[in-house]
Amino acid sequence: MFDAHPDLTEAVVHGLGWLYVILFVMNAWWTVVAYRRGTHTRVRLFGLLEDGQEVPTAGFWALYSALLLMVAIAHFQVTGSYAAENFLIRMPEWLKVWIDAVIADPVAYFTLSVVGFAAVILLREWLVRPTVAWVLLNVALVFMALSMTDFDFRQIVGKPDNVPIVAMLFILGFFTWLYFRRAVENDRRIAEGRPLFEQEDNEKVLVWPDLVYTELICMVVLSVVLVAWGIVLQAPLEEPASAVKTPNPSKAPWYFLGLQEMLVYYDPWLAGVVFPSLILVGLMAIPYIDFNKKGNGYYTFKERAFAVSVFMFGFLPLWVAMIILGTFLRGPNWNIFGIYEYWDVHKLEVLNNVNLSEWFWLTLMQTQQPQSILVRELPGIIAVLAYLIILPPLLAGTVFRRFFHRMGFIRYMVFVNLALLMAALPIKMVLRWAFNLKYIVAIPEWFFNI
Amino acid sequence: MSVGDYIRNSQIWKSIFRHPAPYDRRNRVVVMLTNFFLHLHPVNVKQQGIALSYTWCMGGITFFLFLVETITGVLLMFYYRPTLEWAFNDILALRDVQTLGIMREIHRWGAHAMVITVWLHMYRVFLTGSYKPPREFNWVVGVLLLVLTLLLSFTGYLLPWDQLAIWAITVGSNMARATPFLGSEGPGAQLLNIGGYDLITSASDARFILLGGRFVGEATLNRFYILHCVAIPLVVAGLIAIHFWRVRKDGGISQPL
Repeated sequence: MFDAHPDLTEAVVHGLGWLYVILFVMNAWWTVVAYRRGTHTRVRLFGLLEDGQEVPTAGFWALYSALLLMVAIAHFQVTGSYAAENFLIRMPEWLKVWIDAVIADPVAYFTLSVVGFAAVILLREWLVRPTVAWVLLNVALVFMALSMTDFDFRQIVGKPDNVPIVAMLFILGFFTWLYFRRAVENDRRIAEGRPLFEQEDNEKVLVWPDLVYTELICMVVLSVVLVAWGIVLQAPLEEPASAVKTPNPSKAPWYFLGLQEMLVYYDPWLAGVVFPSLILVGLMAIPYIDFNKKGNGYYTFKERAFAVSVFMFGFLPLWVAMIILGTFLRGPNWNIFGIYEYWDVHKLEVLNNVNLSEWFWLTLMQTQQPQSILVRELPGIIAVLAYLIILPPLLAGTVFRRFFHRMGFIRYMVFVNLALLMAALPIKMVLRWAFNLKYIVAIPEWFFNI
Repeated sequence: MSVGDYIRNSQIWKSIFRHPAPYDRRNRVVVMLTNFFLHLHPVNVKQQGIALSYTWCMGGITFFLFLVETITGVLLMFYYRPTLEWAFNDILALRDVQTLGIMREIHRWGAHAMVITVWLHMYRVFLTGSYKPPREFNWVVGVLLLVLTLLLSFTGYLLPWDQLAIWAITVGSNMARATPFLGSEGPGAQLLNIGGYDLITSASDARFILLGGRFVGEATLNRFYILHCVAIPLVVAGLIAIHFWRVRKDGGISQPL
C-alpha cells in the first residue's frame, strides 16, 4: 500500500549512510589517537578469562569503527522504496513509545533536565575525561541518526529554522564540557598549590601575527560555513501572511520560546513583561551582587560554586531546556507531543486547574467565596507577600547569613529578591503539577493573576 | 625589481600603508598603531588570554556576524520593498529568480547564529568571571547588546511577511498588551483614567505603539523595517564601539590577577 508518510525513503537512508560515514571517520581518527596513547584495558569476558587479558583500548575503537563502516555500507545498499520501507536499521518502535512516554510529560521533562544538570555538576570530574566525552558524543550522534528514521522526528528536527537549534545543543554541550574540563584542572591545581593553567606559558606575544591571523582564519572559516549553509538549506518561506488564518500552534521566534513556555504557568503580564525585564535587570546586576573576588580571569568551579551553579541553572534547565521544549515538543493547542509523535490537532489534554482561593474557601473552609475581591484572594495575597517580605529576612538569618554580612542590606535585598523571583518559575511549575494550582492570586477583574 | 616590490615602493602604496610590511618586530608593532582597523587591538597580549580554549572566540565571531548581517542586509535593502503589496513577492523572487538571492539565506542563518554566539560569549564571560571588577560596566553594556541582538532578530522576523512572520510577531507582541499600567489588558491600567475616561485602551497602549495599530499590519511592517534596518543597528554600532573601547580601557582580555 502507498504510504504518504513513509518512515524511510531511499533518499533518507542514503543520507543517513553519509552520517554513518562521518561517524566512521571520526572514530577511525579516535582509534589512531587511542593507539598513540597506548592505553590498555583488562578484559575478563565475564570470568571466561580468569586473570583477564590486556587488550589495547584502540582495539575496541577499531571494532566500533568497523561496525560503523558496515552499517554505512548497509545503508548504501538500499535501492527502491520497498527496500527502504523494510530497512532494518531503525529506531525500534517499543523504544520510541517509551521515550515519548517519558519526554511528552512536562513533569518528567523538567525533572530530567534538572537531574541531568545536577548530575553534570556532581559527576564533573568523571565527565571531563576525553574518553567519557567521546562516548557521550557518539551516543548522542547515533541516537540522532536512529531517530532520523522516524517520519515525525524528521518533520520537526529537519525544519530549516530548527537546524541551528539542534546545532546549538551540541555546541552548548561542547563548551559546557570544555568549561568543566578547564575548571576541574584549575581546581586540582589550586588544591595542590600549583600555578593556574592560564598562568603557564603565558608570555606576552605580538598581536600581529598571533591574534590577527587567528581572527583572519576564523573569518574565512565562518564565511565558508555561512555560504555552505546558505546553499544547502533554503531559508523558510511559508504562505503569504493572512490575518484570518491562525496557524496552530502559533509560536514566537525560537529564542523567545522559553518565555512562551512560561505563559503556561504565569499570565502574560508576568511571563511576558515582568519576568523578562527582571531577567535583564538581574543579568545587569550580577557584577554588583557577586562580591567574590576569586575566579576573575580563569576557569574554576570550586572557588565560585554557588555563582556558577545559579547562572548555569538559569541558563541550561530554565532557558535552553525550555526553548527545546517549546520548539520540539509543543504542538497544536500548545499540547506536549513526544519527539516521535504525530502532531494530532485533536489530541485532548484535560485541564482541571483550580485557584488557591477556590480551594481555600470551597474545599478547606466549606463555605461560599466571599463577595469582596480582596477578602476572597486574601490567602493568596498573604502567601505572595510572605514569600517576598518574610522570606528575605528569614534567609538572611539562616541560609544566606554569610551573604548578608558580606553584601550589606541593599545589595542583599536586591540579590535575594532576584533569586526568589527566579525560583518562582520552578515553584509554580511544581505547584501546578502537584496540586493543579492555576493562580495563587486570581483577580481577573483587574487583570491581576499570579 | 619585481612587480611586487615596484608596487610596494610606489607613492600610492606608501601613502596608504605608512610603513614597510610587518615582517620584523618593529613593523609588527608599528602596523598595530598606524592601521585604523587594527588599532582596536593592543600591540601585544598575553598568550593564554587569546587562546581559543580560553576565549572561545565568541565575541569576535559575534562582531563578524554583525558585519555579515550589515553587508547582506544592505544588499537585501536594495531589492526589498516593505509594503503589503511587495514584501512577500520580493522575498519569493529572491528565493526563486533573483541573482544572489542566497544573500537572504546567509542573512537569516547568520542571524540565528548571532543569537547563539551572543549567548555563548556571555556564557564564557560569566564562566571566566570576566565581569568582575574592573569590568562590571562592560558586562552591563554587553547585556544591552544582547537585548538589542534579540530585538534585531525579532524585528527582522516580520519582514518576509509570510504566515511564520506575522504570527510569530503577533504572539510576541501580544505580551505588550499585558504590560502593567501601559497595556490595555495589564494590571493597573484601569487606574489610569480621567473622569471615567480610560487613558489606556487598545488604541493607545504599549502594543499599539509597538505595532502602529491594533493588529500586525502595514504600519507594523514599516515600523519594524525602520527599526530593523536603521534605528537598532545605529544603537548597536554605538554600543559595540563602547564595548570594545571598554575592553581596552578596563585592562584588556581578562587574565588571572
